[in-house]
Amino acid sequence: MTAIELAIGPCLFNWSPEHLTDFYARIADEAPVERVYLGEVVCGKRMPFSDPVWPRVIERLDRAGKTVVLSSLALPATVRERKAMAGLAEAGLPLEFNDMSMLATTEPGPFVAGPFLNVYNEAALGALVRHGASDWCPPVEVPLASIAAVARAHPQVTVELFAFGRLPLALSGRCYHARAHGLSKDSCQFVCEKDPDGMNVATLDKARFLAVNGIQTLSDSCQVVTLGPERLAENGISRLRLSPHTVDMVAVARAYRDLLDGAASEAETEARLTAMNLPGPPCNAALAGEAGWRQVAL
Amino acid sequence: MSLQAETAAPFELVCPAGTPAALRAAVDAGAHAIYCGFNNETNARNFPGLNFSEAEMAKGVDYAHRHGAKVLVAINTFARAGSVEIWQRAVDAAAEAGADALIAADLAVLEHAARHQPGTRLHLSVQAAANTPEAIRFYTETFGVKRVVLPRVLSVEEIARLNREIAVETEVFVFGGLCVMTEGRCALSSHATGKSPNLTGVCSPPDHVAYEENADGTLLARLGGFTIDRFAAGEPAGYPTLCKGQFSAMGKTGYLFEDPVSLNAAALLPALRDAGVTALKIEGRQRGKAYVSSVVRAFRRAVDALARGEPETDLAGELAALAEGGRQTTGAYRKTWR
Amino acid sequence: MTRHRDCGELPPVVALLTKPLPRRPLELILTRLVRQFVERRPELIERLGPTAQVPIAVVPTDLPHAFIVNLDGPRSRIDVVASDQATSAAARIEGPLLILLGLFDGSYDGDAAFFSRDIAIEGATQHVLALRNTLEEADLTPAEFAGLSGNLAEIVNRRTAEALGLARRLLGAPAADIRATPEHGR
Repeated sequence: MTAIELAIGPCLFNWSPEHLTDFYARIADEAPVERVYLGEVVCGKRMPFSDPVWPRVIERLDRAGKTVVLSSLALPATVRERKAMAGLAEAGLPLEFNDMSMLATTEPGPFVAGPFLNVYNEAALGALVRHGASDWCPPVEVPLASIAAVARAHPQVTVELFAFGRLPLALSGRCYHARAHGLSKDSCQFVCEKDPDGMNVATLDKARFLAVNGIQTLSDSCQVVTLGPERLAENGISRLRLSPHTVDMVAVARAYRDLLDGAASEAETEARLTAMNLPGPPCNAALAGEAGWRQVAL
Repeated sequence: MSLQAETAAPFELVCPAGTPAALRAAVDAGAHAIYCGFNNETNARNFPGLNFSEAEMAKGVDYAHRHGAKVLVAINTFARAGSVEIWQRAVDAAAEAGADALIAADLAVLEHAARHQPGTRLHLSVQAAANTPEAIRFYTETFGVKRVVLPRVLSVEEIARLNREIAVETEVFVFGGLCVMTEGRCALSSHATGKSPNLTGVCSPPDHVAYEENADGTLLARLGGFTIDRFAAGEPAGYPTLCKGQFSAMGKTGYLFEDPVSLNAAALLPALRDAGVTALKIEGRQRGKAYVSSVVRAFRRAVDALARGEPETDLAGELAALAEGGRQTTGAYRKTWR
Repeated sequence: MTRHRDCGELPPVVALLTKPLPRRPLELILTRLVRQFVERRPELIERLGPTAQVPIAVVPTDLPHAFIVNLDGPRSRIDVVASDQATSAAARIEGPLLILLGLFDGSYDGDAAFFSRDIAIEGATQHVLALRNTLEEADLTPAEFAGLSGNLAEIVNRRTAEALGLARRLLGAPAADIRATPEHGR
């Protein structure tokens, strides 16, 4: 059995350049992860602020021996965003595709099929493999049984499970952060920066349920998948994705590393993670094909 | 090219049918084309009592063809891993029924259709959310897609720009239920219920919906146990979808994403024609014959009036009663919506 | 029961529904009609799916009684109960009689009637939806329900439409969005 890797997913939130720099410096120095995804995925309007940060972050992560992957925007729309996406390959780094646009803009080559691509079955992944897909992070609503079935059909593809973080649920043409502040997307004043883990959204029963991050809607609850290495391997999963939050991500990565190394049990890992200052209550039931906000025995 | 050459209509009017009776109503009301789906999880309106058996589809196609209308079969969900053959069968059955085109979003479905039913036109479903020239180029070059149904995130100006950069037809929604999130890229429903458009072809599955009317006439709508909307006595209601529910954030309670409202772009038909749009789509396969008949007739009249060079038609008053929440919007077609 | 004298009068089937008790004869007539109907249109029971085994309460708010509808093939039946006793059903649809009739024959759009709060739905929503969608396909004109065909069917449907139209005007109900047209082939 090959060792199961850990990856830090792309930061979905509007963190300041300083915040990003500090965060990735610590990841480079302290986090026991093999791979780090970088780049703006949610909103092209944030790119002018974060783009200057990446060269030094890449260098630092590279020096620390991490594999750096550049993630594409999930919903490129403007000419500027499209040009940026077309030029993403110029850095010479591996890429994660989060929109089908990437398949036309880039020379065929190995890429990660990201969780924002609608790949729900073995035949769809097969079509992407023919275009160069080498890794697949399934959309967050795909159940474990389906992931396992796809993995069995494509043993050569590295399957990466979204294991930790608020679940990215939806994208829109409209910015809900701006709308909640009485602004429009075009004059948003970047109010999404006020909520580094997303803006909490509660139902009429006052139950926290969703989180808004610009044009993106996430779950309030925090995916916490603590399947041990044998269970992951059984289901064809060979990498876990930890999605950045303001909680101590080095501690999160260490907890997962101990789980994967056999140094901590599933129950111990779950207890360790839920004791942290998570952005929301733990959930995992999408993997069981149930309402995703629930937490069930997998 | 399409029907518009024969009828000199500026648009092909693509109309919904959830039942054979609705298909006939749409044809009789003047639809140029009808879109419908099979009665299983292969289509994105997989509601109980709705849709077509394979035999009904063949009869429906026959009825439409006898009256000069086309039938476009929507096989627009994403195949479940390990059960792709159900979706492949739907593609083959639609072709056997004589469908004029297939509407698909899943790479698995598109690939099967392109390989095994090359004689049947392929349309890219809105569920594929292809909104850039690059994404559209990928689908047209890889699968020979002839028409793209555009996601409801683009303004009319952006549609015009897009049409100048692509070589295929575009179809846009002009009336009916309005997804606020980008279609095909929304898992809100599965987060609340375990079922979603992409997974099972339903948003807000009815077996997870509960209504409760209080003694004072207040109507509460619950989805998966969460109260997502509340209507005072007599206040117009909407669908029990999360994107049009009430929530509280930052101490304020209200329609965080969108009000209960329907799309009505009738006033934009001249602009959509100038933007190079080929076909207009009416949402509502879950609606009754009364809706289909009224909306199709109204839009056909508007399209014909446009062909005669008459000024823009305002259908808002006429169709308000059929709109969700009794209200209408032009949605993302006007940039201020964002 | 196929002829009625005056356009202003509610058609016989409809008038029967509005009469006060006794309920038993009404039950027997409706049950016989509904069984004959599902025998003629077995494909509708297929369309109904699991809802066929589920009792659904149809509660006209302007009548003293309600109807519990079971559409389970040869065992189909319609029970007539006092409105406040329609609690055994898995789902409940409630509204003025003329609106409910308009939903059954496709004159009104169910979603629109719900949006406008003319009807209310309670209980297992999926069964109400299945019934509504099946009725849409049934083209449930009065003649179809009564098993009539040809000229007679046309006359009955036209007269019923006129009578219902008049009743809607008199009672201030919205005009029908469409008349279900009996010439539709199947």
